[in-house]
Amino acid sequence: MGDKPIIGWKSIPLGGSITEPGNSIQRPTGDWRVFKPVINQEKCIRCLLCWIYCPEPSIHIIDKPYKTLTGREWKFSVEVNYSFCKGCGICVEECPVKAIDFIEEVR
Amino acid sequence: MHYRTVFDIPRDELLAPGHGLCGGCVAGTIVRLLLKVAGPNTIVVNPTGCVEVSTTTFPYTSWRVPYIHVAFENAAAVASGIEASIKVLQKKNVIDPSKKINIIVIGGDGGTADIGFQALSGMLERGHKVMYVLYDNEAYMNTGIQRSGTTPLFAWTTTTPIGKVLKGKIQVKKPVAEIVAAHRVPYVATANPAYFLDMMNKFKRGLDVDGPSFIHVIQPCTTGWRYDPRIGIKIARLATETAMWINWELDHGEFRVTVTVPKRKHVRHYIRVQGRFNHLTDEDIETIQKYVDKEVERINKLVGKEVIGPVVE
Amino acid sequence: MENSIWKRIPLNSNYAAAYGAKDSDVDVVAAYPITPQTPAVEKIADFISNGELNAEMIHVESEHSAMSACIGAAAVGARTFTATSAQGLELMHELLHIASGLRLPIVMAVASRALSAPLSIWGDYSDVINIRDTSWIILIASTAQEVYDSIIQAYKIAEDPDVLLPVVVAYDGFMMSHTYELVYVAKNPEIFRDYIPKKVNWTILNVEKPITMGAVANPDWYYEFKYQQVLAMKRSYSVIKNSAKEFEKRYGRSYDTVEVYNNGGKIAVLTYGGLFGTVVEAIDYMNKQGTQITGIKLRLFRPFPLQEIRKVIEDLKMLIVIDRAISFGAPIEGTVAMEISALLHRESIDIPIYSYIASIGQRTTTEEDIIGIVKDAVKLFESGKRISESIYWGVRE
Repeated sequence: MGDKPIIGWKSIPLGGSITEPGNSIQRPTGDWRVFKPVINQEKCIRCLLCWIYCPEPSIHIIDKPYKTLTGREWKFSVEVNYSFCKGCGICVEECPVKAIDFIEEVR
Repeated sequence: MHYRTVFDIPRDELLAPGHGLCGGCVAGTIVRLLLKVAGPNTIVVNPTGCVEVSTTTFPYTSWRVPYIHVAFENAAAVASGIEASIKVLQKKNVIDPSKKINIIVIGGDGGTADIGFQALSGMLERGHKVMYVLYDNEAYMNTGIQRSGTTPLFAWTTTTPIGKVLKGKIQVKKPVAEIVAAHRVPYVATANPAYFLDMMNKFKRGLDVDGPSFIHVIQPCTTGWRYDPRIGIKIARLATETAMWINWELDHGEFRVTVTVPKRKHVRHYIRVQGRFNHLTDEDIETIQKYVDKEVERINKLVGKEVIGPVVE
Repeated sequence: MENSIWKRIPLNSNYAAAYGAKDSDVDVVAAYPITPQTPAVEKIADFISNGELNAEMIHVESEHSAMSACIGAAAVGARTFTATSAQGLELMHELLHIASGLRLPIVMAVASRALSAPLSIWGDYSDVINIRDTSWIILIASTAQEVYDSIIQAYKIAEDPDVLLPVVVAYDGFMMSHTYELVYVAKNPEIFRDYIPKKVNWTILNVEKPITMGAVANPDWYYEFKYQQVLAMKRSYSVIKNSAKEFEKRYGRSYDTVEVYNNGGKIAVLTYGGLFGTVVEAIDYMNKQGTQITGIKLRLFRPFPLQEIRKVIEDLKMLIVIDRAISFGAPIEGTVAMEISALLHRESIDIPIYSYIASIGQRTTTEEDIIGIVKDAVKLFESGKRISESIYWGVRE
């Protein structure tokens, strides 16, 4: 996990401190996944519950407008970051309009 | 400002992804939402536990706020030291006195209710302005699902196994939040991540009060409770719908149930979806139901009206 | 030394420690009372309540929380102080490793006391010897003046960027903690500001620059962090010596890691703490009687002052070491005697060492006992006996 080089005592901070905040983003967890949540942008009502409940976080609110086939215009989209999504399915379960499909990952 | 809808909630993520919590770990949700409320001017103290080991494996950290882990049983004492230190350094102008710095402990049930309880009690009695958030997954999950003081009646754990003589834990759950409330601190609450607005408003209130606050949050654990990770939030919700978990707050002595349940579900709806209760007979479930009924009666009496209704399904 | 910057007042070593902390301008004190340390905590509470010291005192509910609170306080940049004894030090033990592992320059006074069971509130060094592997620097004082001066020096040592390790200043429970001596203390503690300026040389929790402290280090990393501590402990040796030298230059009182009384004898008695005063008295007496004995005081226990010890013992005919704690089951149950034996062996120096255990649980040890020990050891030496086991002085059958 992660690709930071293994370095010696001369180069590491004292006392085991980690000085780069939030650097776990350099260590993707997407390969933990067996099932993959896929948001159907057509069905999605942008309630943001998937974003709220995601434990990673691996669901992002993106400033990307979306117009559905029925003509409804959304100012933003909700997308899954597959680099970190562990495929727990909480978003799938909690989606009130069943807009998230849960499909087996094919690698 | 109160959070009224999901759109009031800050977008910033102060917990970075890439942490090693189990897929579907609701502690991840709780910590993320907590940090959204607290914001960047926050120092986190975290006793040893799942959240600690899975977010701080050198050289990687998931924390975007200052964070310290010292040991298992002393987070409240460490936080006391931090709070006292900031207070005096602000008095001496070493730290900008106009800056409000939140000091938050995020601890599991072991580090809070059991091994860490003495330090917690000391911190509460001394009145340090620290918010202590307990994420309660009802067992020592970090060491692999051993019984804790907050494990509920009859639950299987690796130290309360299902044998010929004994079947699961033989004692009831320690009422941690009520014991904390007995310290007469300004704010104590119980919360449930399924009711996230309620939970986040409690975090907000806890940070606002002048003195210690304590928020006891239920945290379903896919690994230890033995359920499909996708239903973690659903289980949390069922806990409140069955009154196995009641969301209340005690704000300067005023008691309020914040999530009322006019029509209650039978506890079997909560119990039958969890593998840790697989061995329970219908009679065992009735025993739990009776225990919950009594609790509901007590809470309703405390409030002075029926805030939790009868079992209807 | 009776010049304008000092006042000479009667203090016991607990009060001397409290004055040392006050005059070091500590920011946070977290301590729990325990006999015989208690007066130190009370004195600091007095200083704070009457405005002589601007600090936060955390009235913790245990020693475990005392050290935990000091760790938290130091982790945000405060100068911190605590004090304890015996069971309190044992209760802290886990945190001692963490304080040094996190490289936090905490200073602690220890009024040394015997360990239970059976319960003994009285002085010996079982507690201090027990923390030798915690990566704390350990100074042992033998006068109240030395306690005061050492606490101030301790901050200089601990906060040095080449060190960043916590420091213990130990002294005898009761024999020092509760007996009064005349001590020179600063009329105005401002005189120490340049000696120990408040400069945070260690990593701290700061909302402007968020770091993670106390991380998990897996087998790929843990070893390197421990090796950093090994080096810091080694480097601390010269920092300790230089801090004492600078202290002497500024304030006139001199200290070394090992101190010698009546240099030049072929027989020496080595011990630590307040008992050294008794050794000095005994030496004066024996010298008058025509037996030239040298006294050696170990002021620094960790890091062990190898070169200094070597220097003072290499020309001896025999060395008597009086230990004040028992290392049960060790090859030599007097710890300091065992460490000196290891040093001598390593340096291929062949001097017979006689290891005596004395004053356990504050069993009275007088000048006569010291004279008795010397006579006993000399007799063994002259009869050609080299005793590898520790000798328990004064234990009843």
